[in-house]
Amino acid sequence: MIAFWHLFRRNRAAVFGLALLGLVLLLAAAGPLFYPESAFKLVDKPFQAPFGHWLLGTDMLGRDVLAGLVHGARTSLLIGLVATFVAATFGVVMGGLAGYYGGWIDDLLMRTTELFQTIPSFIFAIVLVAVLSPSIESVVIAIAVVSWPAMARLVRGEFMALRGREFVQASVAQGMSDAKIILVQILPNCLSPIIVTGSLMVATAILIESGLSFLGLGDPNVMSWGFMIGAGRGVLRSAWWLCAIPGLAILLTVLAINLVGEGLNDALNPRLRER
Amino acid sequence: MALAVQRLRYLGRRALQAVPIILAIVVCNFVLLNLAPGDAASVLAGEAGSATPEYMAELRQRFGLDQPFHVQLFHYLRNMLAFDLGYSFRHSRPVLDLVLDRLGPTLLLMGTAAVVAIVVGVLLGVLAALNLNGWRDTLISIFALVSYATPLFWIGLMMIVVFSIQLDLLPTSGMESVAAFYEGWERVVDIARHLVLPATTLSLFYLALYTRLMRASMLEQAGMDYVVTARAKGLTERRIVVRHILRNALLPIVTMAGVQVAGMLGGSVIVESVFGWPGLGLLAFESLFARDLNLLLGIFFLSSCLVVAVNLLVDLLYALLDPRIEVR
Amino acid sequence: MAEPTPILDIQGLSVALPSNADRKHAVGDLSLQLFPNEIVCVVGESGSGKSVMARAILGLLPVPRVRPVAGRILLEGEDLLAVPPARLRAIRGQRISMVFQEPMTALNPVMTIGDQIDEVVATHLPLPERERRQRILELFAAVKLPDPERIRHAYPHQLSGGQRQRAMIAMALVLGPPVLIADEPTTALDVTTQAQVLTLIKEMQGLRQTGVLFITHDFGVVAEIADRVAVMQRGRIVEQGPAADVLNRPQHPYTRALIGAVPKLEPPPRPAPSSKVPFLEVRGLDKAFRSGGGIFSRGRVVHAARNVSFQLRRGETLGLVGESGSGKSTVARCVIRLVDPDGGDILIGGEDIAHLGRRALRPWRQRIQMVFQDPFASLNPRRPVGRQIADGPMTHGVTAEAAMARARSLLELVGLEPKAADRYPHEFSGGQRQRIGIARALAMDPEILVADEPVSALDVSVQAQVLELLADIRRRFGLTMLFITHDLRVAAQVCDTIAVMRQGEIVESGPTAEIFARPSHPYTQTLLASVPGRAWTPPAFADAPVAAAV
Repeated sequence: MIAFWHLFRRNRAAVFGLALLGLVLLLAAAGPLFYPESAFKLVDKPFQAPFGHWLLGTDMLGRDVLAGLVHGARTSLLIGLVATFVAATFGVVMGGLAGYYGGWIDDLLMRTTELFQTIPSFIFAIVLVAVLSPSIESVVIAIAVVSWPAMARLVRGEFMALRGREFVQASVAQGMSDAKIILVQILPNCLSPIIVTGSLMVATAILIESGLSFLGLGDPNVMSWGFMIGAGRGVLRSAWWLCAIPGLAILLTVLAINLVGEGLNDALNPRLRER
Repeated sequence: MALAVQRLRYLGRRALQAVPIILAIVVCNFVLLNLAPGDAASVLAGEAGSATPEYMAELRQRFGLDQPFHVQLFHYLRNMLAFDLGYSFRHSRPVLDLVLDRLGPTLLLMGTAAVVAIVVGVLLGVLAALNLNGWRDTLISIFALVSYATPLFWIGLMMIVVFSIQLDLLPTSGMESVAAFYEGWERVVDIARHLVLPATTLSLFYLALYTRLMRASMLEQAGMDYVVTARAKGLTERRIVVRHILRNALLPIVTMAGVQVAGMLGGSVIVESVFGWPGLGLLAFESLFARDLNLLLGIFFLSSCLVVAVNLLVDLLYALLDPRIEVR
Repeated sequence: MAEPTPILDIQGLSVALPSNADRKHAVGDLSLQLFPNEIVCVVGESGSGKSVMARAILGLLPVPRVRPVAGRILLEGEDLLAVPPARLRAIRGQRISMVFQEPMTALNPVMTIGDQIDEVVATHLPLPERERRQRILELFAAVKLPDPERIRHAYPHQLSGGQRQRAMIAMALVLGPPVLIADEPTTALDVTTQAQVLTLIKEMQGLRQTGVLFITHDFGVVAEIADRVAVMQRGRIVEQGPAADVLNRPQHPYTRALIGAVPKLEPPPRPAPSSKVPFLEVRGLDKAFRSGGGIFSRGRVVHAARNVSFQLRRGETLGLVGESGSGKSTVARCVIRLVDPDGGDILIGGEDIAHLGRRALRPWRQRIQMVFQDPFASLNPRRPVGRQIADGPMTHGVTAEAAMARARSLLELVGLEPKAADRYPHEFSGGQRQRIGIARALAMDPEILVADEPVSALDVSVQAQVLELLADIRRRFGLTMLFITHDLRVAAQVCDTIAVMRQGEIVESGPTAEIFARPSHPYTQTLLASVPGRAWTPPAFADAPVAAAV
């Protein structure tokens, strides 16, 4: 663990990303303490510029922008993490089974992921949310449905490669059960790419979520960054900061996660250490 | 000559492989249709209440909605594969016509964005790799990282703020100035001016992607044994980069470009709805608001077919670039 | 007669390694001379710095991480370490050229062979295209590439391994350079191809009076080709001299250890088998692999094993010998049931295990175990080695404590410390890992051991020790052994009987001594005739210095 931190620390951008991500997490965690009420509550006159009475001003209806930002952070991170968890779990199970057993399971999975590579995933997500009607759950489902194939493909490849490795063959020759071979011999050896891919999936999930809620497909009862930008769009000419501020929040959060992901990749992937 | 026949055969075989994918997409559409609240006929007819009862009855009969599930699926498949995508009451036009009308602008937007993303991305990637850890590399890498993390719609809106509202350089929305009735060359210039912001917005994310990929790919290829061989032959570094590394490094870019077509179509929904660009994406956005689910599904189906077609072309291009792919 | 002048004169060369490496210099204070019309072999084990030295000559080191820090490399009096880059480029390819180990990766995969060679000529000589083409075609004929016009338009992946290396040699010789550096040029090739390429290099060198610097790890190759030999150990030349002297009367202890470890091609006398009853019997084994294909195409079928039959008596060692792709590894994996055979029987003590299901197979797993080739791939990098040894017995119901205790004692048996059980694979060297792999197999108390090229990834001195260990445990546990190898020298020393495989079939089998003395099948004859250095018998040393611990 300590050795891992030493490797991670060598990538200064990743440490910066980690700090930034920590800040966002803190904001999301501590938010309800400062803004216990709904982010939709009208607090003051509309269209107040930032750095006045309200730190980030008020929007066209007189809602506090900072409160929206804090609640939006919770939404983004929640959806990003839950959707990724669901997609990653499903992807690891499917990819693992396909890679280990091959045969028809593998054929089925490969055809499915090919299908998913063909259909425009964002449009698919839109259709899914439209069909299921917008809510947190349907957004999570839509994001998970379009993101699991990438993980499945990755895990399948890793499992296939490791399945042929001699130490796995030795375990088979020892008479070890499939479940134990998968869990003890193979899975620990492909955890690093799974972790790295998972972290990048969170970033993508946040981007998809913001796109969906920008188009008006978010949960109407929950504040989110994409929704704030979509709402501010109509007053772009007079109050551009209403769009700019939540967008910056998305940018910084996604950037932070990407940087951490890259740092993890460098630290977990010994092959690249020498570069 | 024989080679051309081989390539045609290869194209034919790849096209055959696409058939199950198209079928699967149709089935997928059918499932979504049945997932939607209300019975399929009302979904097919678009917004509830806007279709005549006669048409509803006809729909039920044509799609066999009173019959068992697999019969329904069969009817649906038959209709879709004949490109009979139904009728949009909101637009009072067949879905197929609507979609085909909007295809042109989307292809123009995507094509421009893809060319910009690939050309600039490759150039920046090469520049960064050649200047490894230098200031140019750092600058390009930071630019790519930030672009890679920025939501498309936000970039679009910010560009409108800067280039249209503040500087008043470029139009904010639409594909051409309809009221001006430009013709010939003037119309081309007008469309080009409208194209600048949406194409830039759409290309930015992919530009970042290709930059990062190209940089990594160049570095990987530069470490290969054949580069040492080339050096041992007495070639100049310039020739090694141009003749040996570049061509090998481009191969993953071509693959990625194929994979990203689908992603770009998704991105165009957002970009088109930000800039009011009259393409498939904007149509999807409008149908979303009109709750015209059948139109949305039609767009989904046809855009998937588009991806299949583009992927075929990319595969062919790849086979031309990489002799290791067996065309026979 | 005047003293001949060296064409290449390396004087006191030192090449620094990065600060985190295990030693300061890859090459330290090295001096070596190469004269026209001679082949100098530089021999050493992996990590001895021989390749670094070769690359330093042409300025091909990954500077600044690995860079020359002292000395001179004189080519006809000109110091290659001091010349400007443009001059160095003019020398590369024209005055000194190089052939690498793996022709598949050393050639650009997306450029035709003709274009890659033409590039060398066009870079250095102002010749019109037609003359360049003529020159290339003539050279292809000279290096005996069939159908030169086709080869010129072929891409690397369309040629066989031997053809690719011939093309590489043609590329290196196209401008007739006075110096050729060959870095393990035959290591990636099969033994019969290796013999042909060695002959080709020798022939071309004689025709053109080239000075060849030949890097290798294989004393057999040295005996085959060298005029002079330099032996490298940890970046230094410990001994050099005429080939006959170094090979037959080595002076330095390290050279003596290396040469002493080279297995002799002559099989030692072996006791007659005690029983006549077969213990492991394979009858009519078939296995085919299908690749590619789908709904629209049939794909390719490779017959890895066709009607393979052999017998082993208890306590006997059978060598399955063949080149890559002969199917010997597939047969091994069928016998241990890692691969399901398509047809045929595998009898152990008269009972057929070829068609048992997973569950029925479990009790048999203990009786037959395997040692693998690659010491780096054969251990789980994320699990302490003791656990890996104990895993097998625990699967079969032994308690954790008992299994771990046994793992420790087995580690001691194979020559490691018992406390090594708690360490991870990356903390061990290649030879140590192979010992751990053997301990893992022994943990199951097997009666039959299948060893798939167990020493071919190891340096020669380590190889000798692992073979010694295998012989020892075989005696001690009365093991019956199926030994897969491509190396006839190893087979001669280890096996009681031999079966020669080619393209999935056994072409000839019988007692080792008989096969080596009177091979009857033409393929066996070719194989034996191709063993490098077959005319040389490594001398035996009374003091038999044991090489540094594995």
